[in-house]
Amino acid sequence: MPPAITAEGLVKKYGDVTALDGMDLSVPEGTVFGLLGPNGAGKTTAVRILTTLLKPDAGHATVAGLDVVGDAPRLRSRIGASGQYAAVDDHLTGAENLEMVGRLYHLGTRRSKERARELLERFDLVEAGDRPVQGYSGGMRRRLDLAGALVANPPVLFLDEPTTGLDPRARVGLWDVISELVAGGTTLLLTTQYMEEADRLADGIAVVDHGRVIALGTADELKDQVGGDRIELTVTKETDLETVRRELAPLAVGDMRIDATALRVTVPVTHGAASLTDALGRLAAERVTVRDAGLRRPTLDDVFLALTGHEASANENPSANENLTATATAKEHSR
Amino acid sequence: MNALQTAIADGMTITKRNTLKIKRVPDQLGGAIILPIVFVLLFAYVFGSMIDVPGMSYREYMVPGVFVVAIVSGAQITGYTLTLDLRKGIFDRFRTLPMAPSAVLIGQTLCDVLMNLTSVVVMAVVGLAVGWRIHSTPYEAAMGLLLLLFFSYAFSWVTATVALALRTPEVFNNVATVVSMPLMFLSNVFVDSSRLPGPLMVVAEWNPVSTIVQGARVLFGNTSPAMPVPGAWPLQHAVAASLLWSVLILVVFAPLATRLYKRAVSR
Repeated sequence: MPPAITAEGLVKKYGDVTALDGMDLSVPEGTVFGLLGPNGAGKTTAVRILTTLLKPDAGHATVAGLDVVGDAPRLRSRIGASGQYAAVDDHLTGAENLEMVGRLYHLGTRRSKERARELLERFDLVEAGDRPVQGYSGGMRRRLDLAGALVANPPVLFLDEPTTGLDPRARVGLWDVISELVAGGTTLLLTTQYMEEADRLADGIAVVDHGRVIALGTADELKDQVGGDRIELTVTKETDLETVRRELAPLAVGDMRIDATALRVTVPVTHGAASLTDALGRLAAERVTVRDAGLRRPTLDDVFLALTGHEASANENPSANENLTATATAKEHSR
Repeated sequence: MNALQTAIADGMTITKRNTLKIKRVPDQLGGAIILPIVFVLLFAYVFGSMIDVPGMSYREYMVPGVFVVAIVSGAQITGYTLTLDLRKGIFDRFRTLPMAPSAVLIGQTLCDVLMNLTSVVVMAVVGLAVGWRIHSTPYEAAMGLLLLLFFSYAFSWVTATVALALRTPEVFNNVATVVSMPLMFLSNVFVDSSRLPGPLMVVAEWNPVSTIVQGARVLFGNTSPAMPVPGAWPLQHAVAASLLWSVLILVVFAPLATRLYKRAVSR
């Protein structure tokens, strides 16, 4: 089966800024593919090219077998897209929004109405369906926007940062919706700056930085690239951090991360529990009080750090990441 | 469906969307009704007490001019609304749909011409109440109304083009005010343009707004043989020239606005 999405050497420049610098992609049909990267990595530009909103300066791409430039008008009836900013009309009701999209997909008036009702039901918006969108919560708007992308039952779906700006509960709710939706065989490309999100939803992940794919694989494959477990421990005094750095340096198999604000130290190690015991022994000998210590598998945050040498969220916009450890560690890096 | 049918059907869908928005948030409609009433009353009583025109009452002279002032500012709603839509990201959704690229603009301009129709009807009623009269046949008067609406429709495409080029509502509003003020005042709307000093007279007489105003005056019968004959060709053949202006504006700005729309990506 040919891939549902291909891209070869996509380049897009805005003046002096290179948003895409030769991006290659290949997404098999029926899979969920995550474009993972910080703000400004080129994820949105890639999605805009694949959804016919922008023309690439160089390279070419196909979606559902159709060229994104040459076959753009035909392609538009085969894709659904939902952007970073819920593209719904505030003054229209949920139902009216979906009906309008249905008519613009040329489903006909009756079918558009039916489809709007089906989707409102599926996205748990029946009660709100006849109220203007103005009164919706952020999560409801995102669900409605996502419903809009599904109106024509497109075989290929693009979601650009579907959960950015949502509170943690709404995010988990939307993840469930997305998981259900792709169980039906739709090909989905989603962009995210949340490691957890890519881990949870995507079959394949491309890590994107400065307009290029810098790593490709499943979440597990990417984690394997960074090696074994992490010791994560918290001390009680900032003055102990230097001691911890000195004492644990021999155990570390990569860069140690020290978060001076949270008094937290992360150390990549090879021997798991044995390393943890060793570490705690060394710290006890130095009379360092450890408040909390544990062993964890590497997250995609660690993957990003290992691949690029900088935090995934270090570029900008830390406010969008308040729930993630990335923010805390980014602070440490900027010191 | 062929391309034209698609454009019409999609344009209707967008028109319906825009009329629903007006229904839900009637303050735009309120603006389109109240502002023209204020215009008519203000100009009738303030300027009307100070300015004389030969052979007729100033109010009869002025009301067609106020119609044009109102539709020129009414047409700016098109541009303003487009900048708001652009900011909200709804164009990204539209542009990924298999709809006609011109439909969003057709829907917006059609909706705004309906608003302008409302404005003109309200102003006509207020005008009649303060002494404006139609001295032509009903057929000519109807043509006068159509002339105004056709021009307002064409002018909506100008504001759409400007809006899509400037992108933000704030910048659009500033530019629209700076451009439309001289357009309205350097004309024959409030004063007889032939009495303006040299270069200003030339500008005023060739100003399309003057042409439309003169065209409306002719079709509503608000002219007088005692008025000096204007020297410029568009004012001598005002009705034909008005149509010509409107067609010219449409031919230039409709494709231009559509082209800009196709490239308009939010943020």
